[in-house]
Amino acid sequence: MTAAQRINTTLRRLPTWPIYVVLGLVPFWWLYLGFTGGLGVEPIRELEHRLGELGLQVLIASLLVTPLRRFTGVTLIRFRRALGLMVFYLISLHLLVWAVLDVQIPSQMWADIVKRPYITIGMVGFLLLIPLALTSNTFSIRRMGPKAWQRLHRLVYLSVILGAVHWVMVVKGWQREPLVYLGIVMAVLALRLPAPKRFQLASRGA
Amino acid sequence: MAGRYRSDLKWSDVTPKSAFLNRRQLMAGAGALGLGAIGGPAFAKLNAAPSPYSTDAEPNTFDEITHYNNYYEFGTGKEDPARYADALTVDPWTVKVDGLVDKPGDYSFDDIMKGTSLEERIYRFRCVEAWSMVVPWVGFELADLLNRVGVQSSAKYIAFETAVRPDEMPGISRGYLDWPYREGLRMDEAMHPLTIIATGLYDEPMPKQNGAPLRLIVPWKYGFKSIKSIVRISAVEQQPPTSWNMANAREYGFYSNVNPEVDHPRWSQATERRVGGGFFAKRIETQMFNGYGDEVAALYDGMDLKANY
Repeated sequence: MTAAQRINTTLRRLPTWPIYVVLGLVPFWWLYLGFTGGLGVEPIRELEHRLGELGLQVLIASLLVTPLRRFTGVTLIRFRRALGLMVFYLISLHLLVWAVLDVQIPSQMWADIVKRPYITIGMVGFLLLIPLALTSNTFSIRRMGPKAWQRLHRLVYLSVILGAVHWVMVVKGWQREPLVYLGIVMAVLALRLPAPKRFQLASRGA
Repeated sequence: MAGRYRSDLKWSDVTPKSAFLNRRQLMAGAGALGLGAIGGPAFAKLNAAPSPYSTDAEPNTFDEITHYNNYYEFGTGKEDPARYADALTVDPWTVKVDGLVDKPGDYSFDDIMKGTSLEERIYRFRCVEAWSMVVPWVGFELADLLNRVGVQSSAKYIAFETAVRPDEMPGISRGYLDWPYREGLRMDEAMHPLTIIATGLYDEPMPKQNGAPLRLIVPWKYGFKSIKSIVRISAVEQQPPTSWNMANAREYGFYSNVNPEVDHPRWSQATERRVGGGFFAKRIETQMFNGYGDEVAALYDGMDLKANY
């Protein structure tokens, strides 16, 4: 057994539910912090920002599953659905905090969506996640067939780029952190590009 | 700290200064005994006189005012200045006064303070990012200083610069803006009695993250006009370059008067959120000239404020 196979055997024994529990509870922990002063003096903005950032981080993690298998043979595919659904959960909450706590005024919300490019972009990124979340179940994969399902789920590539661009655009000036995330997103997506011939041969032999 | 955001506290709830100074002395004593090095300097009270220009709105707490700052020289995070500004050396401090003035020169902080009488100015403070605070600044009118150094009649603008100390300011090496941070005012704006050089808040010397030892406060303009930690004041003939305008002229104009009718290209300026309201802080309507229209609207008579944002 290779090292990758040994790791995969161990991974197969691990349950996926802790992902739902841990990521599911994090926003409630932050809510608690916000009520007790732990999110600083402007908790709305901080909570909104943290939800968006964690959503992007988990989305990047889910996009690393395929390159990781390709380059190391270690497969985390069993955990990807949980990660993807948690992305949808976190970004939904991000949107909810923006709408209910931050903007507050429904007419203002719609005005922002159509008038402010960074919000338009963020909103499109979120809308793209909806069909993905709805089909993130075994029944949908069976019904659609793996080819069509996979084609649909390529929307995530666009969504993650929009998410990172949304962050770059929301801040004042060119700030380092969102630019670093945009760079990471592009790098992670680049890992999925078809490899040069030489490499394809090597990986087939493994 | 639960209840920190409640606004139903009364002035009678505030710990009397004498009481907490005593506590500080106790702590300093404890530190000396090797029980902990927590004791800070006991600040002298500035004894600033009240001013009719103050709003009667309830000020934000000292904690809020000192832990939610934009001071990119220390990083772009709102708490970065509170975290890193401690490294800034503010004593000695020298301000270069130059350009079209009768008495140019390098003025020490003490030179500048000589003969000034400090006032408390409780002003609304509106950030271009659509949040706001109420801050009990302590300072003196910029006009006092300008009259002392003798601004010549050919000068039409006042330009300001913030200190650049790469060794003390971790944000400098990261770029963000074209340092030094620069700001400017038209002469009538600079001479307006609402425009102050603030040297303190809550009757104590200016905390470093808020722009120690001296900064500008122009309450009817977006906060970024109120330049911090000033090291240079120049009287000039031409409109001086200003940092955010240099970074993005479409989003930040030279005037940058608070104006609910002129949106920032990326967000609305019609409303603002007062810091300190916790999760359920309601948005409030932003006022023209941040509510100082009676005093300053005449400065802009006949000007198109949409074109001169």
